[in-house]
Amino acid sequence: MTPATARRTLQSPLVPANPSPFNPGSLLSVDNLSLEALSRVLERATALTRQDPLERTRLLAKRKVALLFYESSTRTRTSFELAAKALGCDTTLVSSLSSSIEKGESLKDTGLTLRALGAEAIILRHNASGAPWLLEQHTKLPVLNAGDGMHDHPTQALLDLRTMLTHLRKGSTDMGPDVLKGVTVTITGDILHSRVARSNMLLLPRLGAEVVLCGPKELLPDLAATTGPGIRIERDFEAALRQSQVVMMLRIQAERLAGLQLDLEDYKRGFQLTQERLHTFAPQAIVLHPGPIIRGLELTGEVADGPQSAILEQISNGVAIRMAVVERALNGGRA
Amino acid sequence: MSALVIRNGHLIDPAAGVDAPKDILLKDGKVAEIAGPGKLKHPDGAESIDAAGLVVAPGLIDIHVHLREPGQGYKETIASGTAAAAAGGFTAVAAMPNTTPVNDTVDVTRWMQAPERGASVRVFPIAAATRGSKGEAINDFAALKSAGAVAVTDDGHPILKDNIMRETLVAAARVGLSVIQHAEDTRLTHGASMNAGPTAFKLGLRGMPAEAESGLVERDIRLLTELRDSRAHLHVAHTSTAAAIAAVRQARRNGLRVTCEVAPHHFLLTDEHVGLYNTHFKMNPPLRSAADRDAMIEAILDGVVDAIATDHAPHAAHEKEVEFERAPNGITGLETALGLSLFWLHKEWKMPLGRVLSLLSAQPAAVLGLKGRGTLAVGSSADAVVFDPKAEWTYRVAKTKSKSRNTPFDGWPMQGKVQWTICEGRIAYALSS
Repeated sequence: MTPATARRTLQSPLVPANPSPFNPGSLLSVDNLSLEALSRVLERATALTRQDPLERTRLLAKRKVALLFYESSTRTRTSFELAAKALGCDTTLVSSLSSSIEKGESLKDTGLTLRALGAEAIILRHNASGAPWLLEQHTKLPVLNAGDGMHDHPTQALLDLRTMLTHLRKGSTDMGPDVLKGVTVTITGDILHSRVARSNMLLLPRLGAEVVLCGPKELLPDLAATTGPGIRIERDFEAALRQSQVVMMLRIQAERLAGLQLDLEDYKRGFQLTQERLHTFAPQAIVLHPGPIIRGLELTGEVADGPQSAILEQISNGVAIRMAVVERALNGGRA
Repeated sequence: MSALVIRNGHLIDPAAGVDAPKDILLKDGKVAEIAGPGKLKHPDGAESIDAAGLVVAPGLIDIHVHLREPGQGYKETIASGTAAAAAGGFTAVAAMPNTTPVNDTVDVTRWMQAPERGASVRVFPIAAATRGSKGEAINDFAALKSAGAVAVTDDGHPILKDNIMRETLVAAARVGLSVIQHAEDTRLTHGASMNAGPTAFKLGLRGMPAEAESGLVERDIRLLTELRDSRAHLHVAHTSTAAAIAAVRQARRNGLRVTCEVAPHHFLLTDEHVGLYNTHFKMNPPLRSAADRDAMIEAILDGVVDAIATDHAPHAAHEKEVEFERAPNGITGLETALGLSLFWLHKEWKMPLGRVLSLLSAQPAAVLGLKGRGTLAVGSSADAVVFDPKAEWTYRVAKTKSKSRNTPFDGWPMQGKVQWTICEGRIAYALSS
């Protein structure tokens, strides 16, 4: 038998399907949401925003939600907390710096402890990719992924989507495979270390949008384009801007560079979003940024505060989306 | 010592060129006589095993296991690890030195072989190449060899410095020991927890590039080429990439003394099996791409691979129940190697049974120069495995003899059921009916 024929004829063990998520209320990845479920989340986000605040607090009155944060966070943590409280939940925050995690308690044991204390759902931010799957497997509780390592940040992708839909589709909540057809979203910057980029790369092509990734090789390896269909790489920032209806800028994640040397001046010359670039190449596009923004690095202050910026809208949309997913979590997957 | 007769079995002894029905007399720990069925003179008082319908083969030899003692008995002990080995058909295992303390001394080497350890099968210690496996000062190989060490390696702490590796190859050659290298340029794998590639990118995990393995194999082969007259022997542990196999293949064509082993997980699984951060699929070297996996199969079938070795690496449950990037590397493998090899290599991929068994016995014995092992020729060690080649069964880790359960193969179909494992004339394992 020659090696070449051997390779052609051999069957190898199959890769089994993943039993995930365990709990129907969990939101571990944007992949967990069918288009129908996605529509429902967006619908509820809008409805909950419009509802009378006092009435709203009766929806999940005194239900217990734990926020478990292994990384610092301003937007995500605060908006999850406000969202849960807006529905009447009692929330408790456990962060790695002021808890027994510092003493070496494992994620499993921390999760079991929170469950024993009565938590009915856990919102987890963790610096290790995949941590929410581990927590869910051991607690069997609904787990909401509030960002895991370099992997996924599903509620960010959802709030980005809501922002895009407001501007480009009159706030439609009816999601189908063509709803964002003709829309090109350029994500620029530190793609390699970005969970926001990965979540958007998973979600947007399912809705018909085209995702263009832009950045230098150190922060955007060629294989990023293999993540899924509808994703391509454009190294020339201005060429990317010219095609875009949405421009999403990312922060360079100094905390994850792991020794990678980067010439920031060089980076700014190639990829900083300036008012001039925006005006020349994408005068109609909306500008998004998951935050925190570093003014003067990935974008100028002028752009951040400018008329095309939807950055603060994204933050408000965060509360709306997070109300919907907290409600879904505590209603066993029904939003 | 007592005697044992294995009757009515079909003997497959690739090293001796035997593939025929034979009765075998084992006496005083050695193979005493082999004869056609019923032709053996049954010695008085000898115990007897009826191997009708079964294959009798030289006991399997795993040249890459971690028995965790001394120092990490909560993961595995020499007793529990060798019990798992016996259940898997192995009669000898070569134990890696990354224990606590590191096995870099005559004392630890002897301690591991002492009868008090309660080993079910023969343990051949592999000593550390350098003091504390720190890659700086090489150990006294002559002394370690006389204490029983069969090879030297720094295993998980590969020797990166050219001069130290050169010195190790020369010094080991001088006393007739092989040098085993875990080929990983750790300067390229810092913080990485799986194979570099599309799957790692999707999962947001830092990846180990294939070049980290192949680059070090190529470096080692270059050093060996420079030392051509020294009789130095390089053995590449758990080869996992197409490029590393290609380098070994070329070196062999050039007449160098380079051998290599492949683990069952590397000829069966790919990085996609990691799924959603399943730590039972995390080991080092990591599961690679489908192209790399196919290259392992190809190299096994065409004879470049010298041995199937499991890299049995037990870890306690609580150590694996953590975030993927924090989980320790390694999976158990002693109980599944034969069943997987027969299922895939023999049944699915049509490799002759004798060749599969050779990769699990005669050839690994030759790699480490284990005299009188890996064959059932008269006068050799009475190490045999008796198994039903037709039996299909399912591996259940709940029944493992190991102290740990970190296997990716729980629930997998296996081919060939071990009925008896006989080590140095004693029954080390018998399938309870």
